Parts: sequence; structure tokens; C-alpha cells
Amino acid sequence: MPEIIDQIFVVIKHWFMGYVPGGIQPLASAVLSVVPVMIVFPVLFAITTVLERKGLGRMQNRYGPNRAGWFGILQPMADGVKSLTKEDIVPRTADQLVHFLAPVMLVIASFLVYAVLPIGRNMVIANLNAGVLFFFAIGSMVELSVFMAGWSSHSKYSLLGAMRAIAQMISYEMPLVLASVVVIMAAGSLSTVTIVNMQAGYTWIWPHWYVFTPWGFTGFVIFMIAATAESNRCPFDMPEGESEIIAGYYIEYSGFKFALFFLGEYLGMFATSAMAITLFLGGWAAPFSFLTWIPSYVWFFAKLLAIIFAFIWVRGTLPRLRMDQLMNFAWKFMLPLSLINIVGAGIWHFMPAGFGRWGVVSLLVALSCVLLSRGLRRNKWFHVRTYRFAT
Amino acid sequence: MVVLVQYVHLYLPPLHGWNRFKMIISFLLLASLTIIGTAAAMSLKNLVHCVLALTLGLVGLAGLYLQLGAQFVGFTQILVYVGAVAILAAFAIMMTRSADPTLSNATATFRTSGAVVAVVVFAVLAWAIYYGTAHQPIFTAQPEGSVGQVGLALMHHFVLPLEVIGLLLTAALIGAGILAMDEHRGNQ
Repeated sequence: MPEIIDQIFVVIKHWFMGYVPGGIQPLASAVLSVVPVMIVFPVLFAITTVLERKGLGRMQNRYGPNRAGWFGILQPMADGVKSLTKEDIVPRTADQLVHFLAPVMLVIASFLVYAVLPIGRNMVIANLNAGVLFFFAIGSMVELSVFMAGWSSHSKYSLLGAMRAIAQMISYEMPLVLASVVVIMAAGSLSTVTIVNMQAGYTWIWPHWYVFTPWGFTGFVIFMIAATAESNRCPFDMPEGESEIIAGYYIEYSGFKFALFFLGEYLGMFATSAMAITLFLGGWAAPFSFLTWIPSYVWFFAKLLAIIFAFIWVRGTLPRLRMDQLMNFAWKFMLPLSLINIVGAGIWHFMPAGFGRWGVVSLLVALSCVLLSRGLRRNKWFHVRTYRFAT
Repeated sequence: MVVLVQYVHLYLPPLHGWNRFKMIISFLLLASLTIIGTAAAMSLKNLVHCVLALTLGLVGLAGLYLQLGAQFVGFTQILVYVGAVAILAAFAIMMTRSADPTLSNATATFRTSGAVVAVVVFAVLAWAIYYGTAHQPIFTAQPEGSVGQVGLALMHHFVLPLEVIGLLLTAALIGAGILAMDEHRGNQ
């Protein structure tokens, strides 16, 4: 019985495919795989906006949305209606075509990356040989759409916001990719399905996830920090710092185009979190061997919601970084640490299994972490702060 | 058009009927995307538009790689050219040109010499394709797991070149860092 519930969507798809004539079967199969993903994740986006506003409200000692529906649960519908009926304002000096294309391209790129994310056992749209590479390649298209949005608006605020966003995204993309390299080394494959399968199995009740190794844990932490920066969320929300540049690169967007930017940003956040789950948290696998009767997709979305909760928590807790702090952190801490982490994964691979390699790799990573953070705060701590004003 | 179809015949595994039709259609779409993108990159007035059009052409090229079964090359093409080179070019334009990038494309000058160079390059490439090894079938079998093969080749056969390139890029990275370093470092 648990197997049937686990595979229910796959079985339904196969049953449906039996009634489709042979000629259009590939097309029907693609549509049947793609449409649920394109429905489920925007719904998750709607739920997340409520959860985020309620959660932030709770952390800031206020109620959050509580008017639309039961405890404000219908707020996303109200927001959707509002953004659909709002006037779509395009500045007169804006570059009309590029201004229109930027949100479209952002949403297309954000949806494309879901093609390689396994959301359950046998539930992946395309099992590509180079799945992880596909994910990062399409993810890099987001930067271009941010540039298009910022430049085409013909506004200084949006151009500044785009500059900040792109500088930040390029800087943090490197630790993001390097942190996932350790998993690719360990799994010996770029295919997301193979990576999940390599983490299957249990020792007593504990799973073989990569996060439970010293290099995997370091990689996971680096990946999550870089993912926060990639999705422009607090404490890395410099590109849309309200107090400085109002709303960053999408300041000149209104109505549904703005909603598309919002959607693209959250879809990107979900996709990166799902990639972290795939790479480090065993994908759709259950966390304990006695819980494997719960369907795989439930575990996937449970992990995804847990990571989203962590994102909201961090947003409610940490203040925004300054631009130079952001860059120093990326280039002087994250990048060296992820390179050392790769060396650690290599050592782990070639040492005999046992406590020896645990000790060596943990020591390597912890020591370099301490040294790098000391280097980061060198000459910074006990100085009198002087401000230079623009002259 | 006929040349393009012949080109497809040379490079694709023997296919028949519907499959061949699909391959030719997708090839023509991707080729026209590439050609339109690069042609627009040369002819548009606004330099930022040129960069975006060039990006379109590069995406079409990546699509051609993917169509030929080279996943690694195709995705790397997108990662490097769309993710990095296009952004770099856009930034370079915005930072080096004076305020308005709309008034500054070199289309008006160099038109004749550019055409001559283009024709010469095309002639050389066409000659190489027609009299080179292209007539021999290079697709004996569908390559399996080409990403793994690329990795093995890099780690076994080409380890020394890989290391040398890595060293070179590291040196370039450090050099760029030194060049971009804060001028007022001594004052703080």
C-alpha cells in the first residue's frame, strides 16, 4: 500500500497515457509532467507569502495580514486580484521592448530550472546527464534579466539596484557552484537523480545524506548562505534596500509585471532550496529508516517548507549587510572556504573509512573556518570609526 | 537553405520520415535564431541592444550543441556566455562609454572592410567544410554519458593543460584584484 501511495502520480500518468494515441504521446507525457509543476510551485509561492508575512509579523510583535479570509489565508488571492487590476505603468523614456521582456525572461528561467529537480521517487521532468550544470546554466540567465530590468527602466535607482544585484549574484554564484562540486565529486555524476540515489540507504536508522559528513555539512552551510544571497533575501537584500534605492531594479514596474518579478524571485528561492535538498539532504528520502512509509513527495515538500521557514526566520532576525561587507564575505571567506572544502572532500575520498578521516577533514574545515574569519576581521575590530562624506 | 539542409544531412545520424523532419525543423529554427541574433548584434543602433541580441545568438548556438547531443558543451555555453560574458560586455559598455549608449555604434564606419572580412572568413570556412573531413560520417554511434567522458578526458589525458590553464586563470584573477584594489588603501 505505501508503495502505491508513493507512486500514485506516476501510476495515474501511466494510466492516462494508455488512452493517448501513439503519435502525440511524447507531447502528452511532457505536458502531464510540466503542468503539475507549473501549478504546484506558484501555489506554494502564494502560501509562502502568507506564511512569510505572518511569521515576520509574529517576530516583530504584530499580527500580520488578518483581514482576507480566515486568519488572512486568502491574502494572496486579494494580492493577485489587486496586481491584475492595477494599471501597468511604463516610463516614457523606458526601453519598451526590453522593459517588457525582462520579467518574462525571469519567470521563464525560474520555471526552466524545475525540469531537473526530483520532487519524488520517479518524479522528475527530465533526467539529464548534466542536470546540475543545467540548473546553474539556466540560473545564470536570471542575472541577465535583472540587468535588462534595471537598464531598460532608464532610472538611476533601478540601474544602481541592478548593478548591486548583479555584482552580488556573480560573487555568490562561485561559492554556490563550488559548494555543490563536493557532492558531484562524491556522487560521481552530474545527474540529480543519480545524486539522490547515491544518498539512499540507512545505517541502523540514520540516512546516508551528504550533509552528515564534515565536507557535506560545510558545503550545505556555504550553499545555503550563497542561496540567500542569490535570491536577494535578507541579510543580503542590498539590491532592493528600501531605505537607499527604494526597490532596486524593479522600481519602475507596476501591476502584474511587478507580481511576475515577485513570483520569479520566490520561484528562484524554492528552486535553490530544492537543489540544496537534492544535493545535501537526500532529495525525497525519509530522514529515518522507520519513516519510509510516508510518500517521497511529502518528504520533499516537508524539507522545502523547513528551509523556507529558515529563510523567513533569518529574514526576521538579521540586519542588512553593507556592500563592502557583502563582497568581503563572498571573496575572502566563502570562496576560500569552499575551495578548502573541495580539498577536504578529496581527502575524505582517499582515506580509509573510520574515525580517522572524520577527524582530519573536520579539523581541516574548522581550522580554515576560524582562520578565515579571523582574517576577515583583521584591522577592523577596535578602530575608531571615521566617516568620509562625499565632497 | 539547401546548403543548410545538406549540412544537417552530413552531421546527423541517419534518420527517416518524421524524425528526420523534426531534426531538420529544429535545426532550421535554431540556425535562424543564431543568425538573426548575430545579425541584429551587428546592425542595431543601441549598444546594449547589440549585447542582448548577441546573447540571443549565443543561446541559439548552445541549442545547436544540445541538438547534436553535446550536453556539457551546450550548458557550458549558456553558463559562460549568457551568465558571464554578456553581463561583462554590458558592464563594459556602460562603464566605458559616455552617458548615452544609444548614440554610439560603429555601424556607419568600417562597412566595406567589414563586409570583405566577413566574406573572406565565410569563404575559408565553407572551403574547409566542403573539402575537409566533413564528408566522412563522424556519427558512428550516439555518444553515451558524454559529460562523464569529458571529465575523464580532463582528468586523465589533459591533466597538465588543465592545471596550466588553472594557474593562468588564478594569476589573471589575482592581477585583476590588484588592478581593482582601492586606491585610498594607504589612507585608512
